[in-house]
Amino acid sequence: MRIAIKGCKIFDRGDSKFDIIIEEDRIKQILPSVGANYSGFTEIEAGGLVALPGLFDIHCHLREPGYEYKEGIESGTKAAARGGFTSVACMSNTMPPADTASVIRYIIERAGQYGYCKVYPIACITKGQKGEELAEFGDLKEAGAVAFSDDGLPVENPLIMRNALLYAKSHGALIISHCEDKRLSDDGCANEGYNATIAGIKGIPAAAEEVMVARDVILAASLNARLHIAHVSTKGSVEIIRQAKKNGVKVTCETCPHYFAADDSLILDYNANAKVNPPLRGREDVEAVIEGIKDGTIDAIATDHAPHHVDDKNVEFCNAANGISGLETALSLSYTHLVKAGHIALSRLAQLMSAAPARILGLEPRELSDGRRADIALVDFESSFVIDSSQFLSKGKNTPFNGQKVYGAVACTINEGRIVYQDIMCQGR
Amino acid sequence: MNFKAKIFSEDEVKRAIARISHQILEHNKGAEDTVLVGIRTRGVPLAKMIAQNLRRFENLDVPAGILDITLYRDDLSLKSEHPVINGSDIPFNIEGKNVILVDDVLFTGRTVRAAIDAIMDLGRPKTIQLAVLIDRGHRELPIRADYIGKNLPTSRNEIVSVKVAEIDGDTGVDLYTLL
Amino acid sequence: MLKRKDLLGIKELERGEIEEILNTAVEMKKILKQNVKKVPHLQNKSVVILFHENSTRTRMSFELAAKFMSASASNISIATSSVQKGETLIDTGKTLDALMTDIIVIRHSAAGAPHLLARHVRAGVINAGDGMNEHPTQALLDMFTMRERFGQIEGLTVGIYGDILHSRVARSNIYGLNKMGAKVKVFGPETLLPSGLERLGVKKAGSMEELIEGSDVVMGLRIQLERQKKGLFPSIREYARYYGFTPERTRLLKKQALVMHPGPVNRGVEITTPVLELSQSVINEQVTNGVAVRMALLFLLTRGIRP
Repeated sequence: MRIAIKGCKIFDRGDSKFDIIIEEDRIKQILPSVGANYSGFTEIEAGGLVALPGLFDIHCHLREPGYEYKEGIESGTKAAARGGFTSVACMSNTMPPADTASVIRYIIERAGQYGYCKVYPIACITKGQKGEELAEFGDLKEAGAVAFSDDGLPVENPLIMRNALLYAKSHGALIISHCEDKRLSDDGCANEGYNATIAGIKGIPAAAEEVMVARDVILAASLNARLHIAHVSTKGSVEIIRQAKKNGVKVTCETCPHYFAADDSLILDYNANAKVNPPLRGREDVEAVIEGIKDGTIDAIATDHAPHHVDDKNVEFCNAANGISGLETALSLSYTHLVKAGHIALSRLAQLMSAAPARILGLEPRELSDGRRADIALVDFESSFVIDSSQFLSKGKNTPFNGQKVYGAVACTINEGRIVYQDIMCQGR
Repeated sequence: MNFKAKIFSEDEVKRAIARISHQILEHNKGAEDTVLVGIRTRGVPLAKMIAQNLRRFENLDVPAGILDITLYRDDLSLKSEHPVINGSDIPFNIEGKNVILVDDVLFTGRTVRAAIDAIMDLGRPKTIQLAVLIDRGHRELPIRADYIGKNLPTSRNEIVSVKVAEIDGDTGVDLYTLL
Repeated sequence: MLKRKDLLGIKELERGEIEEILNTAVEMKKILKQNVKKVPHLQNKSVVILFHENSTRTRMSFELAAKFMSASASNISIATSSVQKGETLIDTGKTLDALMTDIIVIRHSAAGAPHLLARHVRAGVINAGDGMNEHPTQALLDMFTMRERFGQIEGLTVGIYGDILHSRVARSNIYGLNKMGAKVKVFGPETLLPSGLERLGVKKAGSMEELIEGSDVVMGLRIQLERQKKGLFPSIREYARYYGFTPERTRLLKKQALVMHPGPVNRGVEITTPVLELSQSVINEQVTNGVAVRMALLFLLTRGIRP
């Protein structure tokens, strides 16, 4: 396939207009736009659109195998494409969990059947996510696993975690830690604080996250091991990681749009779509997360895309499943709340949502330059739109952001030189 | 709503209530064991006027209570979207008494039916009698008044408006036609 | 004027609405003292009492309130209902709608369950206690009791002590009393005080003594003895000593002050028998007033319903 994107801006090259020439799966050339015609190419008139490197979600849930009623690899990767993502790393908590090479191979194979985006599976740290015996890191990595995490069932025993970090070194594997001491969260359902108090919902203290961030940072430091911390949501976590980085610990971390674009006041009307783990936090935490993004403490923005069936959400708040369907809103929420709000530049956002995740996982750099893979998102940052979950391509319509006005609609996504998503406007171009 | 006729002036109301007061005394051979109960809203000042008359005419102290029949109505939802309970105040025993219910207008009889039920829930009176300023006809229940200020044949699309100084600023009875 | 179909919490109410409920309850209390304790007002209405948690007095109080208003009152016991078969709350609600229910009285262990139900049913919903969120009818009957004794709530100081953290009664009272112009003080062990307490507009007392001394109303809360196992306090003995209304502390009680408790009480734990026997103790009066307040609510919430 040969594509010519005509007259787009490039995310880090100011207001100048460029043409991007794509041949096969590669960017052949980026050149200043002079209104040339490219015969034999599929032309995309991209006036007003900005080209970003295809986004990379380092943390999402595709639910397959096992929970296809919530999401599947087809619907999940379609949703990713609509969100401007050309790469996603999917979490291990499937059914069966991704603790054997066969599950990893299955996921990769299924994703390949559709080709909406690249799927990089994350395997379990421990067999069955039980926190007892280590999974076969070597075998799993060979099958294609890019990292190891027990995600929502964090490794409780510090000795097992220590061993995991050590053993991972032997295989050049990355451990991703969902930091939560479940004994401190103790069946809480919302961020401990004023809003949980007046909603009468049992709180989860920030310390439930922070003690495990501290533990894992200390373990990684003592072993000189690599560690990536998932969905950082509190002020204390940001501070611990900031300090650790200063001290040279090999730690990276991510946060999610809902930890800077929303706060725990959303739980007040018991909207189960605002129930997520870690929980939406208070204003102070939101500000600290934004600060962490600005000063580089936070390396990446992940979606933690956690699609659920409506039946899993349409119950009592405390009985509702945790999670937000995030692939189709991550870019616009991040752009609106970080770039448009004046906290960071667009180029930094591209780093957070594309370059950094690839770097953390040790994959080929995501860049818009000649010869690089043609993974591109064309985005309209000028006009606003209203988030409408009924339009989601994901099976999970669970978002607390429904009805919010945002900027940054993805007009077109190109994955390895193939157009995998085009909105109605773009189809007309 | 169009004004049609003045039925009673203030003096005429007073005269009618005075006559009713006399009739009550006559019928009950005095007013021993007699109590007055005004039905909210305009039955209440009318009952008070009767009580004052009884004191003036024969120096009798007849207690006058207040009855709120909201919770006994069968036509509540037809009447008002959001009825309010202002409350009954009957600070005396009605057991074995002659209870004179007082209301401004007797129409379908449903208010009186509700009032009788409410009174019966408070105890067992010897008799329940009914005094009204205007009887405008159109009964839907087998109920009649014992004491009537004026029989006023009306059509259904007319409205009898009773005003009492205590509530409305001035006293009188007017007839209106619904448009 | 109260123009709602649901009573989900005191949080959502305006002061004028609370006043209307209390005023109406005054009239309802008269009915309770009548020869015939019954009015026909809700003759054609159906009240369903759906309790997902155990209760004697609240359930009984709602049932009697409905019956005194001539409504048909049906109890659903969760132990024998289809909830045991996995029916969701919304489906239960839709079933009750199909059964022509006018009012659903719900108690549930999950905060917000009544709100969820109310969003999905035609029937009016009364919250009879949801998790740690609210128990609005309890606060209304408490405020009714205070107003009856003191004439008004404005200006009172109400001291609430015990397990504030888990208490929906405390929350509803705090919201209601603040709206009505009373001051609220609380006391309890730090493990049983909620986070963000100051922002609720209450003051923390430093001791039981301080709480009792300055209060016109001293309100005890039931401590669930299971909390000890969770490590929130070390023993019943110590709890009673530092956080209980012991007989020695009665000398600090103002002469006109009231002692209240939502019940059921743990004698010898948060409150002691001599305190319960004080003339100032109005715990049984609270129970009577509870029926009047619930009758008032049944009346007010069904006002807009057409037969």
